[in-house]
Amino acid sequence: MAEEMRIVLRNYGKIDPLKIDDYIAVGGYNALNKARSMKPADLINEVKSSNLRGRGGAGFNCGVKWNFAYMAQADQKYVICNADEGEPGTYKDRLIMEGDPQSLLEGMAICAHAIGATQGFIYCRGEYPSVVKTLNMAIAQATEKGVLGDFSIEVRMGAGAYVCGEETALIESIEGKRGEPRIKPPFPPVVGLWGKPTIVNNVETFANIPAIVEKGAAWYAGIGTPSYPGTKIVTLTGDVVNKTFFEVPTDTTIREVIFDFGGGIPDGKGFKAVQIGGTSGAFIPAANLDTPIGFDAMTEIGAVLGSGAVFVLNDTRDIVDVTARIAKFFAHESCGKCAPCREGTMRMHDLMDKINSGRGKSADVVLLNKLGRVMSYSCLCGLGQAAPAPVMTTIEHFPADYNAKLV
Amino acid sequence: MNYQEILAKYADKPGGMIEAFHAIQEELNYLPEEVIIEAAKVFNKPTAQAYGVATFYSMFSTAKRGKYVIRICESAPCHVAGAAEVVAALEKELGVKMGESTADGLFSLEFTECVGQCQATPVITINGEPYLDVAPAQISGIIAAYK
Ligand SMILES: Cc1cc2nc3c(=O)[nH]c(=O)nc-3n(C[C@H](O)[C@H](O)[C@H](O)COP(=O)(O)O)c2cc1C
Ligand code: FES
Repeated sequence: MAEEMRIVLRNYGKIDPLKIDDYIAVGGYNALNKARSMKPADLINEVKSSNLRGRGGAGFNCGVKWNFAYMAQADQKYVICNADEGEPGTYKDRLIMEGDPQSLLEGMAICAHAIGATQGFIYCRGEYPSVVKTLNMAIAQATEKGVLGDFSIEVRMGAGAYVCGEETALIESIEGKRGEPRIKPPFPPVVGLWGKPTIVNNVETFANIPAIVEKGAAWYAGIGTPSYPGTKIVTLTGDVVNKTFFEVPTDTTIREVIFDFGGGIPDGKGFKAVQIGGTSGAFIPAANLDTPIGFDAMTEIGAVLGSGAVFVLNDTRDIVDVTARIAKFFAHESCGKCAPCREGTMRMHDLMDKINSGRGKSADVVLLNKLGRVMSYSCLCGLGQAAPAPVMTTIEHFPADYNAKLV
Repeated sequence: MNYQEILAKYADKPGGMIEAFHAIQEELNYLPEEVIIEAAKVFNKPTAQAYGVATFYSMFSTAKRGKYVIRICESAPCHVAGAAEVVAALEKELGVKMGESTADGLFSLEFTECVGQCQATPVITINGEPYLDVAPAQISGIIAAYK
């Protein structure tokens, strides 16, 4: 059976997260010292060649992103940690921040050295007030010890808006505004917070950095699947025996995640579908269970790795009802800035509700597919672009479930 | 602290309006109109912009709320774990519907999306404090502790 491998959760449950000395005793901040002895360009090259790709969903090469901000000329640059974690079914970033907050601060400080920033922000979702306290305590301890040098970090709290996980909406929110995404380009590494070059990385991405700097790019690049190396934390929800989290190498298959780590489907029921990556992810049928969870393998089957949320449905579940619920989520969370998303998510929710309540016709299913296609390329940000995925993939893989509800 | 003092505390923080609103809600549980108008002045923004911020974020409320805000997660993992039954139990226990507050000003019921405690669905929060693996039968007991 496949085994867990803990890199970002290396200290989880092993050290007292509220004591920086515990972190230092297990080698914490050695990587930052090492990074500071390196030239920024060399450090960035190391991160680049580790092939670490963002853990927040888009999978962009971390070192390449850092290089854009490094190259940008500015009197001030910023490092932002995206701790908005709004994707339903996801709580991996909370685990890192609760269990090992210093590893996040160290990763951010390494980034700051690489790009030449002195100010950092952690944008933590408002649903995590206790995490905000933990982070502030960790920052106070790190500041008192002097380990962060001239780099300071401030925690900002979100206030319940899924779209603020989108990096430019997040930046708007830190600026004290409504969290509406900006038109890209320019991208944040060039024009970000208060117009300055800004790196936005996910919590899990940053937590990988100290390990990579310490053990080297080659070590990291050799773990899991080559095009998306390392590990991924997966959080299991729904109809699965072990509703918990695991950190697994990225060549682990979906089947291993659900049936080995997850212990399979409870109560002797069968598998129907799994939605990976959060509520914006595709639903995946049994035929694709042997796909590795790595970014590109998932893309190949028309799905995403996303946040690593793994939501399992057994064969007694009403998948149309679940998808209708999901459609409501997007209608509620659309920020309203662009028409295709504002109108599209609402229409999609209407149509799903109509079908779910037994009033739909086959023409409504056709319309859903057409609407979904248009939204996927015409919406301004990833929210509206990804919103149709659960609808379109359930129509594709589970047509009988829809047909059974049509008049 | 009154709201003027709180706003003054955050006035020099770049982009601090959201932080200020959080702090004011800690005290008042919602954002009254005069707070929003005053915030616009303190942060030197049009009133429309302050109102825009106050109404954009689901954790902020411009309507009066109970002392304890109970939020029920209705995201898909909580949905399949039986969130609807928890909603029914809460509505029955408090005698109000979702989106309403009790007449004694103690409790408000709101939906929320995932609060990141999905290892133990369904989940509710009371003033931010999560309750995990909530069963309808537990609702009376949970509420009693706040009365
Ligand atoms: C609607 C939407 C929500 C998002 N939510 C999150 C989130 O909660 N956390 C996160 O790290 N990235 C989220 N992202 C992705 C970010 O825009 C961005 O790609 C990411 O923070 C970059 O960090 P990474 O390269 O380390 O993954 C979201 C994107 C979209 C379109
Ligand atoms: S889905 Fe309800 S807490 Fe995450």
